[in-house]
Amino acid sequence: MMRGVSKRIGSIKFSILSPEEIRKMSATKVITADTYDDDGFPIDMGLMDPHLGVIEPGLRCKTCGNKVDECPGHFGHIDLAMPVIHVGLVKEIKKLLQSTCKSCGRLLMTQEEAAEKTKQMEMVEELGGDAIDYRILAKDLAKDASKNAVCPHCGEIQGKITLDKPTTFREDGHKLTPKEVRERLERIPDDDLLPLGIDPASCRPEWMVLTALAVPPVTVRPSITLESGDRSEDDLTHKLVDVLRINQRLRENRDAGAPQLIVEDLWELLQYHVTTYYDNQTSGIPPARHRSGRPLKTLVQRLKGKEGRFRSNLSGKRVNFSARTVISPDPALSINEVGVPYSAARELTVPVRVTRANIEVLKEMVKRGNNPPLENGKYVPGVNYVIRSDGRRMKVTERNAETIAEGLELEYIIERHLMDKDVVLFNRQPSLHRMSMMAHTVRVMPWKTFRFNLCVCPPYNADFDGDEMNLHVLQSDEARAEALILMRVQEHILSPRFGGPIIGAIHDHITGSFLLTHKNPRFDEEDTINILSKVKFDEIPEPNFDENGNKYWTGYQMFSLILPEDFRITFKSSICRHCQTCLKENCDMDAYVKIRNGQHLCGTIDENAIGAFKGKILNKIAHDYGSTEAKDFLNNITKLAIGAIMARGFTTGIDDEDIPIEATRQIEEMLADSVTKVSELVEAYREGILEQLPGRSLDETLEVEVMKLLGRARDEAGQIAGRHLGMENPAVIMARSGARASMLNLSQMAGCIGQQAVRGERLSRGYWNRTLPHFKKGDLGAEAKGFVQNSYKSGLTPTEFFFHSMGGREGLVDTAVRTSRSGYMQRRLINALEDLKLKQDGTVRNTADMVIQLKYGEDGVDPTRSASGEALDIDDILTEVLGDEAEIILRIEEKKQTGYATMEQDLMEAVVEDDLEMEEPEYDLGGGGED
Amino acid sequence: MVESNFNVLEHNLVPEHYLLSPEDAEKVLAELNITKDQLPKIRRGDACVKLLENIYGPIPEGSIIKIIRKSATAEAFVTYRLVIKEVKG
Repeated sequence: MMRGVSKRIGSIKFSILSPEEIRKMSATKVITADTYDDDGFPIDMGLMDPHLGVIEPGLRCKTCGNKVDECPGHFGHIDLAMPVIHVGLVKEIKKLLQSTCKSCGRLLMTQEEAAEKTKQMEMVEELGGDAIDYRILAKDLAKDASKNAVCPHCGEIQGKITLDKPTTFREDGHKLTPKEVRERLERIPDDDLLPLGIDPASCRPEWMVLTALAVPPVTVRPSITLESGDRSEDDLTHKLVDVLRINQRLRENRDAGAPQLIVEDLWELLQYHVTTYYDNQTSGIPPARHRSGRPLKTLVQRLKGKEGRFRSNLSGKRVNFSARTVISPDPALSINEVGVPYSAARELTVPVRVTRANIEVLKEMVKRGNNPPLENGKYVPGVNYVIRSDGRRMKVTERNAETIAEGLELEYIIERHLMDKDVVLFNRQPSLHRMSMMAHTVRVMPWKTFRFNLCVCPPYNADFDGDEMNLHVLQSDEARAEALILMRVQEHILSPRFGGPIIGAIHDHITGSFLLTHKNPRFDEEDTINILSKVKFDEIPEPNFDENGNKYWTGYQMFSLILPEDFRITFKSSICRHCQTCLKENCDMDAYVKIRNGQHLCGTIDENAIGAFKGKILNKIAHDYGSTEAKDFLNNITKLAIGAIMARGFTTGIDDEDIPIEATRQIEEMLADSVTKVSELVEAYREGILEQLPGRSLDETLEVEVMKLLGRARDEAGQIAGRHLGMENPAVIMARSGARASMLNLSQMAGCIGQQAVRGERLSRGYWNRTLPHFKKGDLGAEAKGFVQNSYKSGLTPTEFFFHSMGGREGLVDTAVRTSRSGYMQRRLINALEDLKLKQDGTVRNTADMVIQLKYGEDGVDPTRSASGEALDIDDILTEVLGDEAEIILRIEEKKQTGYATMEQDLMEAVVEDDLEMEEPEYDLGGGGED
Repeated sequence: MVESNFNVLEHNLVPEHYLLSPEDAEKVLAELNITKDQLPKIRRGDACVKLLENIYGPIPEGSIIKIIRKSATAEAFVTYRLVIKEVKG
């Protein structure tokens, strides 16, 4: 069905309804507080009057004659016995009362002054001022006017108007009734309204004091029938009942000439009910409650806040054609693909229009019904619905599939099941950046989970400990084309955050490529074929022969297969030890990567080559060869790495951190030594011979010295342990190649955990002058203030364990606090930036077409296409032109990259942090069902 | 507010401000292909504008100020702001 745009909204203007308008648009006047009679029929002129719209199926609206869903509902109205003030407008009313004369109603300002102000307003508009500027100006004027104690027009001396929150106005302490307020507002002439920021053509100030109350249609406040048959009314209806009841009593009492006191009391009660009808959280008055004690949800509550209409129904909507399930990894898939389970694919549909070209195929598809069995063990799509040209929807079942298929005609639309190569959007919350939602192509698969290539984990920040993800099926060709061009995974390999790859190899892929290339190992024919079996390449290279004449291939040869033909790059691996003078090609760690003409000459391929965030080869391919080439490279490297790691076999266990007994003893001695040194420092401090550091107190000096000492002790323990953990150790391979964990983690397992800290200081709180009752008061030694000498493997003593938990808690609290705070920060940022866009001329503009920035980022560079934030990489260009000769000029090796737009302040901060180098244990949050 | 003798324009975090002559302003707008009201704004009460008034004399609303600031991405960046009404308090 096509639905064209018949009218276009030119502009929207918000104003205030006049009582006449309220009565004019009203379908019925509401006078009785009752809703239904004894037989359950709505009472005429009651709150559920059938003129106000229909909510029961089958009935027809008495106003428009339409049925449920067709009738939009109609407003009614209540005539208030006495006027009341609208809470939402008290501020405006106050402003108006203060800035106008009590007797003549004119603006408390001479004609000339007012003219001057109006001129200023025109100026503001001319210079591109918005509604906010305008309001500020109007407020300014009101403030100026209210300063005049005498009316310049009639000479009347003005009283002081105060607002007694929420709705009572006083003049010099005497109460002003809403009626009096209304009379004063009526007196303000139209000509004086414009300078006050009110357009007299559409709004009169006296309308801010209500004499008629609009009753929203029943469709806005539907009553629900409970299972027991009882009716339960909406909160708004309840509130309107209150208003009607008091309104009735007020009218009766007033007409009967009841004492002034009683009438005033009832009037105030009516004011209360009308106030809470608008906003039940008005400060200064108790909220109206339901019989159960729950505060009523009235008009303002319906709109405001996270659960309000704006944020939950207008900015955020629920959608169809979506699915959610647990995710799991599948290294056999391309990074562009997503595995969708049969059960989800049979539920999600894509509309296809029947044409002469496809009618036969579609007939076949419809014939299969809505749940076809596997054909030869393969999934085939069926059809859930057929939509005829007249817009009627027919559900396809096993029974009617045959007949519907026969009746298929051109211009029908069928909703067929998801099948391979369909385009879908895939998303994981929290959606913090644009890579949180990318377009994948479908692969329908057995089992019940969504599956994708592991390289796509970093952009989604996903792991497989129970994470779930959402999938949305695109419904139109335009949407599919747009998604494929803009949102496809391969288009997001480079992140706009830092101009490098965010999609790349992780964990085992890095270990695998390390095993494949470190020191160029040899693989026999069987292994080689196994490793290369899933990789796409042109031709297997010429084999080498060893001493015994057996065929073998090297890791370099295999890696070269997946590189572009003319590829060249030079860099250092992440296993590089950063020696004083680099041996380059002769590096004994094989950490100098050199690739020429697509041939891998030397160096280990690890995180610095192919990893997400750091992969240099990946970065270069994506930048220079385009996204398709980069996608192919990623698909290949993952398969190659998996092949290599499986050919060799790889595992790790706690015994990887085993070190010889002498080493353990050495560490113990060294630690004991350090602890004694701490005692000596404390002794020196006690005796007052500790030399004070500049800018630090004596206490601080001691702390700094002790921390430095113990920090060194931990590092040394790590070094001693590290001497016995060589490159053949699986744990070390993972740490050094950048696959997972760090050398610090290993030294904490094998050597010593080190000083625990809270807020960057040694532990000190707990008991009086000590951390635990096990220590003497005032003990400043290493053990007493949270130094953990043991390693994770040797096990902690009870006090050490307690200290470790203290340090660990800080990490947990920090992450909890950080996420909530950064979430709110992101929300505010997005609200400020959401309407900005980059125009053709390079300027950044908002939707009002105002210039925000004359050139995007001040340099006009798209960070996605930048070289780590720089407009261009001079070194890269030089090597391209000069080849190896350029290397003398460049000295790539020594160049330490400073990140994007690093300013002096940042550098200073980094230095400070280094100074207080402190151990912060890494806790991997998240995990099974923690959400 | 206490009037201070400190010249904010001399502070190294405050970019250079210049007042454009009406002719230059015309030229700039033509070059950028925008109208006056689309420019970013600066209040007349801004400390920098006040200081410029000491040099150029009163700066009316609708004048254009040229600002040259140090930039982390481009070394120096030239931008323009439209002088608008000062707000009190």
